[in-house]
Amino acid sequence: MTSIADPISGTQIADAKDASGAVAAAPAITMPATSERELRLDLFRGLALWLIFIDHLPTNILTWFTIRNYGFSDATEIFIFISGYTAAFVYGRAMHQAGFVVATARILRRVWQIYVAHVFLFTIFLAEISYVATRFENPLYSEEMGIMDFLKQPDVTIVQALLLRFRPVNMDVLPLYIVLMLFLPLILWLMKWRTDITLALSVALYVLTWHFDLYLSAYPNGVWAFNPFAWQLLFVFGAWCALGGARRMSRILASPITLWICIAYLFAAFLVTLSWYLPQIGHIVPRRIEQWMYPINKTDLDVLRFAHFLALAAITVRILPKDWPGLKSPWLRPLILCGQHSLEIFCLGVFLAFAGHFILAEVSGGAGTHFLVSVTGIVIMCAMAWVISWYKHSADKGAARYKSAGGNADLAGGAV
Amino acid sequence: MKSGLWTVLGVTLAAGLASYLAAAPARASDPEQICDVPANLLSTDSSLRKVAEAVQNGQPLNVLVIGSRSSTIPSSEASAYPAKLQAALKESLPTTTVNLSVELQGAKTAGDTAETLVKLVETKRPTLVIWQTGTVDAIRSTDPDDFRSALDAGIGALQQAGTDVVLVNLQYSPRTESMISGSPYLDNMRVSAQEHDVPLFDRFAIMHHWNDAGDFDLFSSAHGVELAKRVHACLGRALSKFVIDAAHLGPAQQN
Repeated sequence: MTSIADPISGTQIADAKDASGAVAAAPAITMPATSERELRLDLFRGLALWLIFIDHLPTNILTWFTIRNYGFSDATEIFIFISGYTAAFVYGRAMHQAGFVVATARILRRVWQIYVAHVFLFTIFLAEISYVATRFENPLYSEEMGIMDFLKQPDVTIVQALLLRFRPVNMDVLPLYIVLMLFLPLILWLMKWRTDITLALSVALYVLTWHFDLYLSAYPNGVWAFNPFAWQLLFVFGAWCALGGARRMSRILASPITLWICIAYLFAAFLVTLSWYLPQIGHIVPRRIEQWMYPINKTDLDVLRFAHFLALAAITVRILPKDWPGLKSPWLRPLILCGQHSLEIFCLGVFLAFAGHFILAEVSGGAGTHFLVSVTGIVIMCAMAWVISWYKHSADKGAARYKSAGGNADLAGGAV
Repeated sequence: MKSGLWTVLGVTLAAGLASYLAAAPARASDPEQICDVPANLLSTDSSLRKVAEAVQNGQPLNVLVIGSRSSTIPSSEASAYPAKLQAALKESLPTTTVNLSVELQGAKTAGDTAETLVKLVETKRPTLVIWQTGTVDAIRSTDPDDFRSALDAGIGALQQAGTDVVLVNLQYSPRTESMISGSPYLDNMRVSAQEHDVPLFDRFAIMHHWNDAGDFDLFSSAHGVELAKRVHACLGRALSKFVIDAAHLGPAQQN
């Protein structure tokens, strides 16, 4: 029961490993050669969760450590890519062992969990916004308070929120994730047939999205802040990498030419980003390039952002080998734990960002308080990840079963 | 023993709170409002040629402010930034007649406003149009692409009509930051300004700076209309300086 309920967060891997020998023989999907949990994925997903949390808070010192200040892409790309990777990894196996129907059923259960989490967050958001609407009267911001107008029609708003069409700020990632997961059975089924053609189809959809301006409309107006038609590319690419693509790319990734292209691109992106913050150096970006480049579209996953993510990932994979001993170090443990329980920690992060806003508004503190709120939030996220992991491996009834799998519980993030 | 510990804790907390509360009004009642703006927030590569021409030729400077509700203070219009801008311009350009009119278009998106611009310019014949926009679009989450086209169309129409243009972006509003996503609109305004060679008065960054530097506490809900007046006074002064710099009106022309 538990193993089905939360497969992505790790416990499933223990089960999956037992079967990996049998799966490896099946030719249709090339599973990764080793079935050890990729701690690098957990590490960077944990990092993405921290960064998303910090980016959702008002600007403070820590904001300067988030990657969006140093290039085009940000933590969202990391999160979606790794989600695609792990989802394909876990449910790809499920599809092999138990077939399409069972895997689809498991995926749908996961989708439901994410949906419930989203609705839960929306409830908290409603409470916060209602509080602000009733208490906050500042003539300076009488116009901005117009955002509260939707409270006049709670019936429509709440239904639209349940339909995922009304999404407050900072609550755009989960709906995207829900839609992507909803299509995961189809993606995996296609990948089982031909991995590369699936990726090609995904690229085609991305191109069509840009060409025909496909989008999902939102309520009361506008569009989804993350266009699923475009962002599916990262998700499918993640899945493709998980199902053998990464291994096949290893030659390209190891080449020094790739490395230098990546470094050059990241450096150029850094300079461009720098010119946003220091207008004095604005002239270093030629006007021609500027006109071609801007605006860098986040909604439709601008190709510059995608390329930036690829370059970052290529360099990361190179400088951080899979068996890097640091991955086992207690210092990175909190990050890895957060990454292993991504849905819970993501939701907690969104909630903490709301709460952080609220505290900052109430105590009207300076930079020190901002910093304190950010750090406290991260500590809470880590503590929660630890508790969840403890529940999974010690408190739950099935704990004995995982322990019997020997070292696997450790790999799955159980040993603290 | 235990209750003793709690008493100590309570007293410490109360003392801390009391000193905090005592310190707060002292800062608020500070009469001289400091609101310096770093030079880089007021620098622009684009220039206001029509403004420079008018001032140098001794013609009146007609300024038209087009904006939404954040260009005014409810029931204290004379304290809002457009009026303060006029006063500051008059002070800096004593030999020039400065006329200023405000066209408030509450709850209108950039697209709505852009359609009215030509007519407005024909009737008011301004030298300089200050176009404050973005807030309504952000609240309604207009498609950023549509917002961008509206900006391009609006600026194009104004330039066609032969006026100088200054864009004014959103306010920094920390309380609603978790509800209104301003960044796509801020980005598009920056890009559009750059493309049309139009100075952008970065109200967002300036107010953000004031909040960070402690000049204003924009988070607080307690200040009421006084805070709004003080912020607008500072914005008007900064905007005046920005306009004069962008028109390259050095001290020589100002006298």
